[in-house]
Amino acid sequence: MIKEKFTFAEEVKPQAGGGWYLVPADKIVEVCKTLRDDYKFDCLSCLTGIDLVDYFEVVYHLFSYSEKKPLVLKVKLEKQSSTMPSVSAIWPSANWMEREVFDLLGIKFENHPDLRRIMLPEDWAGHPLQKSYKEPEEYCGMSTKR
Amino acid sequence: MLTLYKQLPNFILTTKLDELLNWCRKSSVWYMLFATACCGIELMQTGGPRCDWDRFGAVPRSTPRQSDLMIIAGTISYKMAVCTRRLYDQMPDPKYVIAMGSCANCGGLFKHSYSVLKGIDKVMPVDIYVPGCPPRPEALTDGLLKLQEKMQKEKFLRS
Amino acid sequence: MIRTEEMTISMGPQHPATHGVLRFIVKTDGEVLHEVKPDVGYLHRSMEKIAEKVGYISFQPYTDRIDYVCAMTCNHAYAMAVEKAAGISAPERAEYLRVIASELNRISSHLIMAGVMAMDIGAFTPFIHAIRERETVNDLFEMLCGARLTYNYVRIGGVSFDAPANFKEKCVEFLNHFEPIIDEFNRLISFNKIYVERLANVGVVSREDAIAYNLVGPNLRGSGVRFDVRKDIPYSIYPKIDFNVPVGIGEAGKVGDCYDRYMIRIREMKESCKIVRQALEQMPEGEIMAKVPRKIKPPVTEVYSRCESARGDMGFYLVSDGTDKPYRLKIRTGSFSAMSIVEKIAPGLMIADLVAFISSLDVVAPEVDR
Repeated sequence: MIKEKFTFAEEVKPQAGGGWYLVPADKIVEVCKTLRDDYKFDCLSCLTGIDLVDYFEVVYHLFSYSEKKPLVLKVKLEKQSSTMPSVSAIWPSANWMEREVFDLLGIKFENHPDLRRIMLPEDWAGHPLQKSYKEPEEYCGMSTKR
Repeated sequence: MLTLYKQLPNFILTTKLDELLNWCRKSSVWYMLFATACCGIELMQTGGPRCDWDRFGAVPRSTPRQSDLMIIAGTISYKMAVCTRRLYDQMPDPKYVIAMGSCANCGGLFKHSYSVLKGIDKVMPVDIYVPGCPPRPEALTDGLLKLQEKMQKEKFLRS
Repeated sequence: MIRTEEMTISMGPQHPATHGVLRFIVKTDGEVLHEVKPDVGYLHRSMEKIAEKVGYISFQPYTDRIDYVCAMTCNHAYAMAVEKAAGISAPERAEYLRVIASELNRISSHLIMAGVMAMDIGAFTPFIHAIRERETVNDLFEMLCGARLTYNYVRIGGVSFDAPANFKEKCVEFLNHFEPIIDEFNRLISFNKIYVERLANVGVVSREDAIAYNLVGPNLRGSGVRFDVRKDIPYSIYPKIDFNVPVGIGEAGKVGDCYDRYMIRIREMKESCKIVRQALEQMPEGEIMAKVPRKIKPPVTEVYSRCESARGDMGFYLVSDGTDKPYRLKIRTGSFSAMSIVEKIAPGLMIADLVAFISSLDVVAPEVDR
């Protein structure tokens, strides 16, 4: 159903099971809005990012409470810009999840109401879930070694 | 420490002032109701009906300004370490610290973590270390009794 | 002239009523809240990065610490995710033991919630009652696996120990003792007029908000949505067991208020007792551990598995690259989304109501921060 509606979305079905739709970053708001309004995906149950060394992947796990079925969307993101539109206007639960992804992976979300660090202190350097992250020697005068 | 003179009328007790003060202090160790992680649940159970810390005169207080003892129950992240030090500074002297559980002792399970302080003794002095992940209430009670022994031996009037 | 001024108060991270280390930056006009900004991350322990470092089997003990109040279901959820990725299936007896352990842990978790909530409202006695019962559950867990809080009982491919010989009798004895205690607890506090007045019509979360903010578990059901992962996306042996899913009906006020969320948990304890009884009856003899290689290497795949913990739908999103360490492990927890709704619901409440609202959401700090 989604394939006919959005011709740009690429369906991926790996042999091991599962499956997702690959959506271009600039189309994600449009796709999510249609999915919520017309396909009853009223809940964004999980939003997360993966650092795949060459590029980032942002994964959306949607769930429809009325039809009790899940759907997975993925967005590929170039490392140079690492900026994509926010879906927090569509599902308010995305607000904190996007903040977490920003904090730990460094992906910036445009039009986000309050994009700050959520887990780590404001003056923390770097984004720890990136594969290239190196732990600092000390933080605020406290040594990070045992 | 106390010497009971039974032969004298009305049972006179003699002791040293130091020891009397220490005895009073150790019998009313008020600990701060402060728990960060898993050990907090065991701390609650320890204060609960089965282990019953009230027996030793230890009752929870919710503010650092009224407490003598701080039990670091759980993992301290760097973000929290700053606040924990502030809480410690707010406590009136003489004050004591029990590091409860592996995380507070040395980081424990979270030695691989980028955001966890590896041992609370990096930011404040610790009196008693209680090992375990989490320590059982019996272990924590032993820690308290050890602390009371330590308090009894103190000589702050003479120093 | 009387002039009022907005006041900014920092509530937490050390505050007796903010379960663990949560902080709220509160703007108030007198007693009425204008704005509440939760500040989390004081217990961020970087579980997700640790998983990438230590590998599948070594990560199992860490799952205890994600949600220490209900550690069994966390163990279970993680084991399910890895089993799904690696194509392992646990023996039937192990599945039964997992469910018994999970449901007993759900009881002890809800006991903590009910006790701590009463304490936050201002009644200390129910807390002591709850802790007393919890000790008995802990004794059962000690029989099962030797630990009181962080069990590491459910392992990938089964469970670590078989139930000892007299476990069933002890368990039934506990249930026979505990079921009347729930009624006693209700008489003591749940139907107390002051308590009901403090909770009814406070912090009402509508059905739409609950879904949009991704509330899960008892919080979602409190808002009148009949959804339980155990029923709707069944796993383990739950399809073989008969139990009800309590939903909020607004018994004291509107649907989705604090009282509804509280009563859901009290009712769930009764349902858990029912589940444990049935599982004990049906439990077959047999193996407790499947054949698991010393180094688990799932194929290149990704799974998202969901499990009903005491705080609701717990999700493990696992990306495997074919090695013995996960490439990425995302832990989706109920408390994280529950905290995000505070910002929406709290304005307009009194300060004392904020305390009731937070405890009715039953957030556990490490589950928010991980």
